[in-house]
Amino acid sequence: MERELLLAAYRHMRTIRTFEERVSAEFAANHIPGFVHLCVGQEACAVGVCMHLEERDYIGSTHRGHGHCIAKGCDPKGMMLEIFGKVGGLCGGKGGSMHIADLERGMLGANGIVGGGPPLAIGAALSAKTLKNGRVVVSFIGDGASNQGTVFEAMNMAVVLQLPIVFFVENNGYGEFTAASYACGAKDITQRAVGFGMPAATVDGTDFFAVYGAAGAALERARSGEGPSLMQARCTRFYGHYIGDPQAYRSKQELEACRTENDPLLKFRKAVLEQQLLSETELDALDRQVQVEMEAAVQAAREAAPPPVSSLTADVYVSYGGES
Amino acid sequence: MPIKSLRQAINEALYGEMRRDERVLLLGEDVAGGMGGSGNTQEAAGGVLGVTAGLAREFGRRRVIDTPISESAIMGMAAGAAMTGLRPVAELMFADFLGVCFDQIFNQAAKFRYMFGGKARTPMVIRATIGAGFRAAAQHSQCLYSIFTHIPGLKVVVPSSAYDAKGLLIEAIRDDDPVIFLEHKALYDTKCEVPDEAYTIPFGKANILAEGNDVTIVAFARMVHMAVQAVGDLKKSGIHATIIDPRTTSPLDEATIIESVKRTGRLVVVDESNPRCSMASDVAAIVADKAFHWLRAPIKRVTAPHAPVPFAPVLEDAYIPSAAAVAAAVREVVELDLRKYASARQAGN
Repeated sequence: MERELLLAAYRHMRTIRTFEERVSAEFAANHIPGFVHLCVGQEACAVGVCMHLEERDYIGSTHRGHGHCIAKGCDPKGMMLEIFGKVGGLCGGKGGSMHIADLERGMLGANGIVGGGPPLAIGAALSAKTLKNGRVVVSFIGDGASNQGTVFEAMNMAVVLQLPIVFFVENNGYGEFTAASYACGAKDITQRAVGFGMPAATVDGTDFFAVYGAAGAALERARSGEGPSLMQARCTRFYGHYIGDPQAYRSKQELEACRTENDPLLKFRKAVLEQQLLSETELDALDRQVQVEMEAAVQAAREAAPPPVSSLTADVYVSYGGES
Repeated sequence: MPIKSLRQAINEALYGEMRRDERVLLLGEDVAGGMGGSGNTQEAAGGVLGVTAGLAREFGRRRVIDTPISESAIMGMAAGAAMTGLRPVAELMFADFLGVCFDQIFNQAAKFRYMFGGKARTPMVIRATIGAGFRAAAQHSQCLYSIFTHIPGLKVVVPSSAYDAKGLLIEAIRDDDPVIFLEHKALYDTKCEVPDEAYTIPFGKANILAEGNDVTIVAFARMVHMAVQAVGDLKKSGIHATIIDPRTTSPLDEATIIESVKRTGRLVVVDESNPRCSMASDVAAIVADKAFHWLRAPIKRVTAPHAPVPFAPVLEDAYIPSAAAVAAAVREVVELDLRKYASARQAGN
């Protein structure tokens, strides 16, 4: 890979990591309302996939979607404002963490409903196919959603209509507080894709280079009209299901291993330093730069005004009985 | 002017809009029919009730898309396609099938615009059939418009005539919000004058079918016909009713209903749905809230009972609100003597 791409990949992953850790701290300080689900540990998935996408391509995301948003080009400051529920947020403070969307950047929305995204994602793929505009779609889901009927319907439909889409399953081992090893009937999620007549592959989701390589092939297949496919990325979730989850269901050793053995950023650093592709100095400089940017985003979000109460009933419809 | 059935009127609206705008496409189970079969694979069905007949031949399979029986995927695909540049018309076939795909309609499509801060447009139409009378029993006969009406972000259309159906469907397809378009099965073969050319009927504009000063009858879909029949009989007894067909339950033309109640002082709402949390209850509540001091009698709701739609013909016939039931309710409120209420209250009853 070219240096520029490597630097961009690291920058994106670091941005996601720092963004999430700042969100976690702000949530703990009671500055953020509602539910927040962090994707720390899954950065390589979002970035490894989205680096193949253009702005005009689409992604559908999940309740654990901050990383997908950042990787697809959403403005982290706009996201932070949204998560704080403030004016200037990407959705005007009406969506919050679980509903961040930026349609101009092809980010069709995080989703508060597990398995809610894939039916919508195949719709974007149908648009691409019908309008013949060469766009592709990635539908991010988790191991939890892989047990939802909506996901099966979407996969089958994508095969029947030969849609340009990749279903990307981030298997972080847990759906809420229940292990995938218990909840997924087939022990290997890729078998589901095979059942619908789709090729599928599994990659190490903590290894950016593995994700990047496999996603490139799957997206090339989608873009050239050869139809849908599925990728499973095995990864870990550093934090719990939501911020504040004590994770009693995971052993101490497992939690420690997340950070020591399965940290996508550490792995990336190790790989590029060993191969002398990037230097420690430039990586550290990027870390500091991202830290400053995220700090500024948090500061802006703290200081921003809440949405005016007059916006409560605005934008329910494009137009409604003569009113808008 | 040519006479057409409601089925033809809908087919014409779809045909015209698909011709006018190539972003319009149809999705659903057997909207054409026959894919992969050993017989007629061109068009085996044209919709289970023949409403979309001929469209696949005219516009091709890429725009008249037969899907697997996967309602969640159909509704979600329509919503995702609508958000990204198409104007899909998805068929749910029977509104009862809402049960297997409601998330995609009410948590997804209905909420995009608001949840995403006003940036999304979801120009999709969901066509579905409603209504009892076909011995189709509990899972193919319901009138579920009140459930959709409850959800902010959805618009809900319930045409009662072929003329209205064509104009309202064209309006629905050109509308930029998700629209639920509900076709009563018993009305498909009802006929009236329908122009050949395209025309639109705005949402939230009620149709007044009769004007009289004694009572206001608000009726939906097939119940409009029951009201018309009842009013014919009532006229012979010197009772003159106004009949209002709201045409859309969301938006609802509250102004026309309230204006009429101010004149008549009496309201009967006729709704084929089950009574609890129904359009009948909704209209009654709106009038009680906003026009109480104009009322000269209690509001009456004529609805199906709080029971599923039965199969046995004698039971189903008893389930559907009849013209006789409408007339009886009207007589009750017109002949009511409010002084009886006053004396009952004084007597402590």
